[in-house]
Amino acid sequence: MKFDTSGLESATPAFGAPSLLGDEFSAAPSFPVPNTTDFDGFQKEAIQMVKPAKGTTTLAFIFQGGVMVAADSRASMGGYISSQSVKKIIEINPYMLGTMAGGAADCQFWHRNLGIKCRLHELANKRRISVTGASKLLANILYSYRGMGLSVGTMIAGWDETGPGLYYVDSEGGRLKGMRFSVGSGSPYAYGVLDNGYRYDMSVEEAAELARRAIYHATFRDGASGGVASVYHVGPEGWTKLSGDDVGELHYHYYPVTPSTVEQEMAEVAGA
Amino acid sequence: MARYDRAITVFSPDGHLFQVEYALEAVRKGNAAVGVRGTDIVVLGVEKKSTAKLQDSRSVRKIVNLDDHIALACAGLKADARVLINKARIECQSHRLTVEDPVTVEYITRYIAGLQQKYTQSGGVRPFGLSTLIVGFDPHTGVPSLYQTDPSGTFSAWKANATGRNSNSIREFLEKNYKETSGQETIKLAIRALLEVVESGGKNIEVAVMTKEHGLRQLEEAEIDVIAAEIEAEKAAAEAAKKGPPKET
Repeated sequence: MKFDTSGLESATPAFGAPSLLGDEFSAAPSFPVPNTTDFDGFQKEAIQMVKPAKGTTTLAFIFQGGVMVAADSRASMGGYISSQSVKKIIEINPYMLGTMAGGAADCQFWHRNLGIKCRLHELANKRRISVTGASKLLANILYSYRGMGLSVGTMIAGWDETGPGLYYVDSEGGRLKGMRFSVGSGSPYAYGVLDNGYRYDMSVEEAAELARRAIYHATFRDGASGGVASVYHVGPEGWTKLSGDDVGELHYHYYPVTPSTVEQEMAEVAGA
Repeated sequence: MARYDRAITVFSPDGHLFQVEYALEAVRKGNAAVGVRGTDIVVLGVEKKSTAKLQDSRSVRKIVNLDDHIALACAGLKADARVLINKARIECQSHRLTVEDPVTVEYITRYIAGLQQKYTQSGGVRPFGLSTLIVGFDPHTGVPSLYQTDPSGTFSAWKANATGRNSNSIREFLEKNYKETSGQETIKLAIRALLEVVESGGKNIEVAVMTKEHGLRQLEEAEIDVIAAEIEAEKAAAEAAKKGPPKET
């Protein structure tokens, strides 16, 4: 398995090691292949076996006040809830956030690696890297590991010289620029609430409330999402954590229990 | 048996890299090149040896584009220059691909200087025999810059500089006469500097001008002749002024 030490090199080669004089285009890709007759079928099986179902709900959207990022905190292994307190919003640096969906280890490691690359870029070029550049660096790395079983569905949100930026990057090598994204098994439910309530001119409080409700509704219907709904805001000064509410408590906050007329019913039945 | 890991550039007992110094000699024998930075414009000028009668002068362009907003002129071994320029052009596009941004002048200068240094510390190769003058505009701030690299791989930013034949005299002239200029004044300053060491006339110098809006523009021979004539006239006027007043007293 190729290990990425390219944080210290000047360019990331897509395959092979560069020759001594740095000619990145001459080396051909080479890696050991398994000894089987049906290589493609074997690959598909292996990937399906390893592929975690991206059980999570994360979302992010751009509005007039910057970028709002929110996520749940449940980790599941099949039907077993392995943790209710996973940090799915990763702080790449003081002005950029990444969200985690898919393999927890993959997301954590590659976001950390991206943070290193961003810092090295800053040191070499005496200016911060743009959200565009950071997301492209991550997408290129993930593309070079395409087909090798990485599972990453992440959003890179940040604020740079050109204003707020939001990109979706995944382990298939895809990279999309957009205003609203939701990733994970709970994303259809989050999209429903998010798309319905979204307006560009929301205030920061309104946007935070929309993000919180979207995560809550996803955790209500999706078994693989739950725990704590965290909401972060990325503004011109960087990111701040706005809230982290347990979704169980949020449920009763949105739908308070009305006292029922239970006593009367019981009395009637006893009388008959 | 490949014996290319025998280093060619090694230290001398008193701490010199002779191959690098010899490369600098090659640069000193190359055509004069001058670069001047203005407030909104950068100018490159290169001495052009008179083209042979049968030679197509258009194929001997000495000032080249590295990208829309970066240009390069060099002094020294032109064949080495071709290799370096090709690698730099690829790097400019590669940078656009990986970070979706054009290179800054400093970045590509650092890259070229890094390449030149690599060839002083690798087996089986000799250093590049050229110094480059790199000009351009920062894609974000629009600030113009002029950088110079040399065969040892060092680089620095300059307000005005010269390299190649007689570069010392040109630099002295620039040090005496440089001031912040813009537009046509900068072009005149660059041509005046070059004409210190080159025979006057449009067919002996190649001048290119880069602005933020229009990119790189090569000046026509006729244009250069006009400016050269202006410079001559100004010089003659200055001479006359010097001789004039004393007679009256």
